[in-house]
Amino acid sequence: MSDLSAQAVSTWLKDYADVITENANYLTDLDRQIGDADHGSNMSRGMSAVAALDPASFADASGLLKKAGMTLVSTVGGASGPLYGTFFLRLGTTLTTDGELSAEKFAAAMKAGLDGIVARGKASQGDKTLVDSLTPAVEAAQDAAAAGKSLAESLQAASAAADKGRDATVEMIARRGRASYLGERSRGHQDPGATSMALLIDSAARCLA
Amino acid sequence: MTDAVTGDDSQPPMPSCVGIIVVSHSRPLARAAVELAEQMVPADKPPVRIAAGLDETTLGTDAAAVSSAIEELSDCPGILVLVDLGSSILSAEMAREFIDPELAAKVRISPGPLVEGLVVAVVTASTGADLDAVAAETANALQPKQQQLS
Repeated sequence: MSDLSAQAVSTWLKDYADVITENANYLTDLDRQIGDADHGSNMSRGMSAVAALDPASFADASGLLKKAGMTLVSTVGGASGPLYGTFFLRLGTTLTTDGELSAEKFAAAMKAGLDGIVARGKASQGDKTLVDSLTPAVEAAQDAAAAGKSLAESLQAASAAADKGRDATVEMIARRGRASYLGERSRGHQDPGATSMALLIDSAARCLA
Repeated sequence: MTDAVTGDDSQPPMPSCVGIIVVSHSRPLARAAVELAEQMVPADKPPVRIAAGLDETTLGTDAAAVSSAIEELSDCPGILVLVDLGSSILSAEMAREFIDPELAAKVRISPGPLVEGLVVAVVTASTGADLDAVAAETANALQPKQQQLS
């Protein structure tokens, strides 16, 4: 069991910003294979701006999550801006009260984030997008919560499922985004968005439990 | 101060033209496209705003910049948003959710091509056509080129 607060969310966001910066070249290389070679630099620019937000200036976790979402919308530049921005805005509107963060609360917030991304990008599972790592993560978090698992166990399950979902994008043919212009030629490449999303869930598992 | 309470005469005139917003990854691209389109209308230019690039040289789109542009044109009877690729569409759609629903109701995102569509949109809007007409013409903006090459 862990407490939800602006400080706890900030720890997560800063960890993710570090991970994104470390992996910026890797993400951009993945994007070079099937896209426009900017995912790493775009996410790095956005998350650096998010990491600069001072948790002390937010009344609660919700406030920081919403501001993080708006910051990504205005600084990422590519489709990941509105998509990750929507994810964090939905987290912010779902996790409205600080205090104990249960496995149930976390799963519900993740589900709201996924629904927001799907509504925004209109991608389905199997389209070779970040939805392909986020969907199994949400399902794993929901299953763990329903089975009465702890938040830490739920986060671990979500993280493992996200990584598996990310790996499964290699064999998919892209049906959304720049990669969809490549059609069949997108097969054999891991999706950069699914990769950055898996890193976000991995970071949550490290920081939020 | 007295003007504000004199009644009907104090109302600013309603702009008669549909307003146009260009959402692009590139600010120079958007600016050049507007220049090209406005060449067609020496007088009675419709209001056009640009929400393009993260800055002068960084490619990208920003939903908050799009919603600010829409708010600047809030007095227009309708607003047509032209977009280039991918995130332009997502940012334009997200911008529509950021603004007042009443304003959002008169904003439409065009499936038309950016350059040809913008020329058609500017010309059609300058005639005082309503949003339906401007949007319909803009969506079909590739037709002249397709006919010429067929």
